[in-house]
Amino acid sequence: MSDQVTLKDKNTQAPEDPSEYVVDLQGLEVFFELRKFGFQHAGYVRAVDGVDLRLKRGETIAIVGESGCGKSSLMRTILRLNNPTGGKVFFDGKDITHLSANELKDIRRRIGYVQQDPYGAMPPFMDVRGILEEPLKINGVTDKAEREQRIHAVLEKVKMTPVEDYLTKFPHQLSGGQQQRIVIARAMILNPILLVADEPVSMLDASVRVEILKLLRSLQDEFNLAVIYISHDLATVRYFSEHIYVMYAGQIIEKADGDDLINETAHPYTHALLAATSDPDPKNVDEFQDVPPGEPPSLVNPPAGCRFHPRCRYMIPGLCDVERPPEFNLGNSHLVACWLFKDNHV
Amino acid sequence: MADKQTKISTREQTQLAREKAERMNRPVDLSVTKEYATDDYLLQIKDLKLHFLTTRGPVQAVDGVNFDLYPNKAVVVVGESGCGKTSLAKAVLRLLPRNTGEYSGQVILRGVDTMALSDEEYRKDIRWVKMSMVPQAAMNSLNPVIRVGEQVAEPMIVHYGAKKSEAMEQAAKMFQNVGVPVDFLTRYPFELSGGMRQRVAIAMALVTGPDLVILDEPTSALDVLTQANIFNLLKRIKRNLETSFILITHDISTSSELADIVAVMYAGQIVEVSESHRFFSVPRHPYSKKLMASVPRLRAKEEPDFILGRPPSLINPPTGCRFKDRCPDRFEKCDVEPPIFRFGEDWVKCWLYEGQGETDE
Repeated sequence: MSDQVTLKDKNTQAPEDPSEYVVDLQGLEVFFELRKFGFQHAGYVRAVDGVDLRLKRGETIAIVGESGCGKSSLMRTILRLNNPTGGKVFFDGKDITHLSANELKDIRRRIGYVQQDPYGAMPPFMDVRGILEEPLKINGVTDKAEREQRIHAVLEKVKMTPVEDYLTKFPHQLSGGQQQRIVIARAMILNPILLVADEPVSMLDASVRVEILKLLRSLQDEFNLAVIYISHDLATVRYFSEHIYVMYAGQIIEKADGDDLINETAHPYTHALLAATSDPDPKNVDEFQDVPPGEPPSLVNPPAGCRFHPRCRYMIPGLCDVERPPEFNLGNSHLVACWLFKDNHV
Repeated sequence: MADKQTKISTREQTQLAREKAERMNRPVDLSVTKEYATDDYLLQIKDLKLHFLTTRGPVQAVDGVNFDLYPNKAVVVVGESGCGKTSLAKAVLRLLPRNTGEYSGQVILRGVDTMALSDEEYRKDIRWVKMSMVPQAAMNSLNPVIRVGEQVAEPMIVHYGAKKSEAMEQAAKMFQNVGVPVDFLTRYPFELSGGMRQRVAIAMALVTGPDLVILDEPTSALDVLTQANIFNLLKRIKRNLETSFILITHDISTSSELADIVAVMYAGQIVEVSESHRFFSVPRHPYSKKLMASVPRLRAKEEPDFILGRPPSLINPPTGCRFKDRCPDRFEKCDVEPPIFRFGEDWVKCWLYEGQGETDE
């Protein structure tokens, strides 16, 4: 992929300037309080527990993890739909951790959001024109001709042509792939600098998936967008993002470039995820897949130390179950939070 | 007119189901493959049609489907959404909606044509006795106000007239088999995780010891690790219970975990049936080739590609080959409906193979 190479070059040349980052999360914590009888405190759900994440313009990162690992809470906190309980959120160099709803309006305009279920994300009583016009109206584009012109432009960008055919259609008259294109068009219509895509293709057919992912990639190149792509499917993630973050039980346990993660997998949990992802291979029938026992822990009372230790076959007693592993650098911006690498990091 | 074969006494049936449940925990050797004589078909589907009536005309959801299945084998039906996969499952199990139009063809189970049975005979002797189904989004198909144990036990009571205590005992055994702790019997569906609910739905389909289980997208809503667990479970069931599966899915990657035979469905018709080794290395039909190329792979370098265009409307499908408008290899002959070209057990419905495979005539 030639565009991937140019993107990587851009990254290495960029200086370390905090305002360089579109998104900068520092030790982010999102806890939800549990209550007994509606008012008594009954502990916290530690949905996101100490996450650092940085993203520059034109860069794509993917966050991979099972459902319930906190990836959606993390994303909603970047959009400030959740309030962080600890740590800091910077957007385009500005601290947005404690901004009020009014101040956030300006921030949210610059973030596009692509939902998982395109049909559920659109009001069924509005036609395509109405759906795309709404964000423009809200954000003060008063000139009707300008609105119309921008709707046409964005529909052409998402390759819904001829535009006139689609403007008066309602969501239920479109196929799944077309619905997702409209959702993407809606996210792009205010010219955002960051696009957050929450499992954008998991509800779509295999043959359409690749088409939507290629569309997202071409939009990213054209507008130099930063993209956060949330998924549970490692096979598609690999084609779409330069960096992959693996999340488990509210923490990021491994960060690496796409190919490094697949070819030089470090964390035992990432190994398990990769082993469970099948390629179409007839030999699969003849062997059982290797799956770690148990289920992801409850986020109310997560295990002490490394959160994967109760399921991990390489668990070091007295270390893994006591102390949370720090991030060890394996070189080439490959970080892993696992005690197995305590002696051979860079 | 039910055949003698399908009438076994209640006690015998309960005994049979129980034996099957006990067989489940034997160790499995996946390397042993079983061979079957060719006349041993478990299921033969011949020219099966299921049309739905709408105001705009009949929707030809299943339009002349043929395939055969041996015992203890799994056939995977793959295709895009809207190609009639789920309707095929419903046609095989005769779960018909009210707007059913044409419903014809033959579904031959162990030599008995089930289409000749009356609805009542079919319900008593076939559905959930010989054939059962794990429906799409099975985890949400459980009744939210009934304990899961009772839901799993119910088919034993309804079909075999088992006592409730007996049926619960059988359900407990089934829970062990599918890896759900036995004390979950008294829980409600909302108290279980998605993977556990899926296992309960599988237990419900297996509790009567059927010969054939139809799985409709069994893992599409589940996480990767849970998915792998469920497929391990299905492999174990296939080996130990000698159950056959029809697996309906759009996910070719995971389907390879279970497939012995792959059937590719497009616009209401099956266009290719191939043995899985053959299909995953060199698929024959141009549509199959495109489908395989659209799969993102974890361990290969090639970039996935997509299929241009959209599947045709099933109300007015194109004449001739239904894939011709999206096909890169289209030529004049494609305007005529292609016959089946056979290569041994495999077959393909495409004019490109004229002269290479044998036709039925």
